[in-house]
Amino acid sequence: MTPQPNALELEDLVMHFGPVRAVDGVSLAISQGRVTALVGESGSGKSTVGRCVVRLVEPTAGIVRIGGTDVSHLSRRQLRRHRSEVSIVFQDPAGSLDPRMLVGDVVAEPLRLSGERISRRDREARVARELGRVGLRAEVARRYPHELSGGQRQRVSIARALISEPTLLIADEPTSALDVSVQASVLNLLADLQRDIGFACLFITHDLSAVEYLADEIAVMYLGQLVETGSREQIFTRPAHPYTQALLAAAPVADPVRQRQRQPVLLGDDLPSALDPPSGCRFRTRCPLAFDRCATEVPAQVEIGGGKAACHLVQPDGTRPDVRTADNSEVLS
Amino acid sequence: MTTVERPGTASGLLGAPVLEIRDLSVSFTTEGGTVSAVHRVSLDLAPGEIVGMVGESGCGKSVTAMSIAGLLPSSARISGSVRLRGTELVGTRESVLRRVRGKEIAYIFQEPMTSLNPVLTVGRQIGEVLQVHERMSRPAARARAVELLSLVGIPSASKRVDNYPHQLSGGMRQRVMIAMAVACGPKVLVADEPTTALDVTVQAGILQVLRDLRDRLGTTILIITHDLGVIADVADRVVVMYAGRVVERAQVTDLFAHPLHRYTAGLLSASPTPGKHAGTARLQEIPGLVPVLSSQPDACTFADRCPAADSQCRDSAPPLEGVGTGTALGAKDHLAACWHPCPAPRTQPEETNL
Repeated sequence: MTPQPNALELEDLVMHFGPVRAVDGVSLAISQGRVTALVGESGSGKSTVGRCVVRLVEPTAGIVRIGGTDVSHLSRRQLRRHRSEVSIVFQDPAGSLDPRMLVGDVVAEPLRLSGERISRRDREARVARELGRVGLRAEVARRYPHELSGGQRQRVSIARALISEPTLLIADEPTSALDVSVQASVLNLLADLQRDIGFACLFITHDLSAVEYLADEIAVMYLGQLVETGSREQIFTRPAHPYTQALLAAAPVADPVRQRQRQPVLLGDDLPSALDPPSGCRFRTRCPLAFDRCATEVPAQVEIGGGKAACHLVQPDGTRPDVRTADNSEVLS
Repeated sequence: MTTVERPGTASGLLGAPVLEIRDLSVSFTTEGGTVSAVHRVSLDLAPGEIVGMVGESGCGKSVTAMSIAGLLPSSARISGSVRLRGTELVGTRESVLRRVRGKEIAYIFQEPMTSLNPVLTVGRQIGEVLQVHERMSRPAARARAVELLSLVGIPSASKRVDNYPHQLSGGMRQRVMIAMAVACGPKVLVADEPTTALDVTVQAGILQVLRDLRDRLGTTILIITHDLGVIADVADRVVVMYAGRVVERAQVTDLFAHPLHRYTAGLLSASPTPGKHAGTARLQEIPGLVPVLSSQPDACTFADRCPAADSQCRDSAPPLEGVGTGTALGAKDHLAACWHPCPAPRTQPEETNL
């Protein structure tokens, strides 16, 4: 078996917008055909990571490898050859589809940009096939985006992203703007397509519950850095980092009996700014378990249970903190 | 169709309803024609109870909320009745409504930043409410503002009172909005998607504040949300809306344990819930879309998306009523507008820890 290069590798990715340290040293690898969820709250830098991968923004430092090729230092022209390998789907389909283009042209756009010579008939056939794959009828190609519902528009975005047969799909909150019932159908569609086609996927979301159906691995981001990475099972059943634990505990479950038995974990809601992140561990200002060392020393990534967590309370022998046992009255007062 | 409500049982409070909504209908005339947004909604709010109103976008939940204290634009045609402790509010003069708003019924909305004045300190903004409604002096209003800020869980309130909105985080701003809303001790607080714009770790704190208000001040809260997790967390009773109508109404535990209306059942199984994980399993989908109605037909408006619909559903609108009251189906005050309610309690998906 020849080792295949990873679909995506990030090495110490840094993206600063002036003084704003949006992404500050993120390293991550996704194997071919695997789904990694990048989870974080607003301002964590998760979307910026996605934009760096497709080079919508030029990273300040670090390396982005797609299929083993370092694309972070390619010129715009050299980059074009690699464009077909990676696609992105955005949160708001209304904003990411040109309102004056017919759906068919929107979906065919990546083919045109790739410079590939293709007959009109072939192009139309591929558009029809792609629309069929996302559950839309071929006639939709002759409509405008505004004639479609939000869910249908997101399906068009997905068709456009997949027509170039990418090995890597970046999905940036693809269901967050949709209603619950529509969200379910788009999540199901993405899961089906991923299984059938086998592309690798970086699924960016603020909603841990949405990724349980999709992700093989989960990476949790806080204020520009990864605090924990691990398999889906590990993150959901044995989260090591206090922030991951708090995220899981904070999301209310749709079951009043269970929800009211759960012990609430309340973090202070004063989010530090990426302009001036806290010293040491960036989560320490909201962490109920923080102690002196957290302010002075940046925690290293410690291997635990097959994953990694950056916390002084996590030990390689499997010792991990439990945020629910903390007396958090101090943080809140 | 109107039934006697059991008052807020979770808090054990009894008494006449604070707010009685009867047959409230709202329609709008737009360039594209008439849109019926709310159709014959009836609901009582008992003192100190938290009622959750849930549904997807376009179901009429926000329009219902806004019409309570006359916040809708003049293009809205409103019929029916909204009584605040016996006083009719629908069609009442603006000058009367202005006294009711803020003092008796207060609102908080999704986006706190757009509701706050960016050039005034939060202390001034909270104080203004007290100066207008309670005729307090400025120093007294400021002192009360500090008290209110600590009531809603803002640390070092005496310093924060001099902050401008941009100096606060999103969660803090929403706390300020709540402080402003409860400044005059309103009987009813209407919270329209109060945590939708907030991160989940911040949301937990805001929901805690709402619960505290009810427990400490006895405020009646109508919380509007699309998030069943939020409902499961704070609501005593739930109203499910679909295409302008109330399709189901129940105590929170009854609704989640045994949804009667197919739309409610669909919403519940479409929501991804951590811990209900199923590996390769799929989420339940509800095919189709919420219809935009120009008029309310004499039919079940969910029929086109419903797996159980038949000709009866398309020929007559099901009334909101107790389904098999007191029998195995549904608890006493569990109402659904459905000709073919879900038969057996929803089977709980097996909980795996993987």
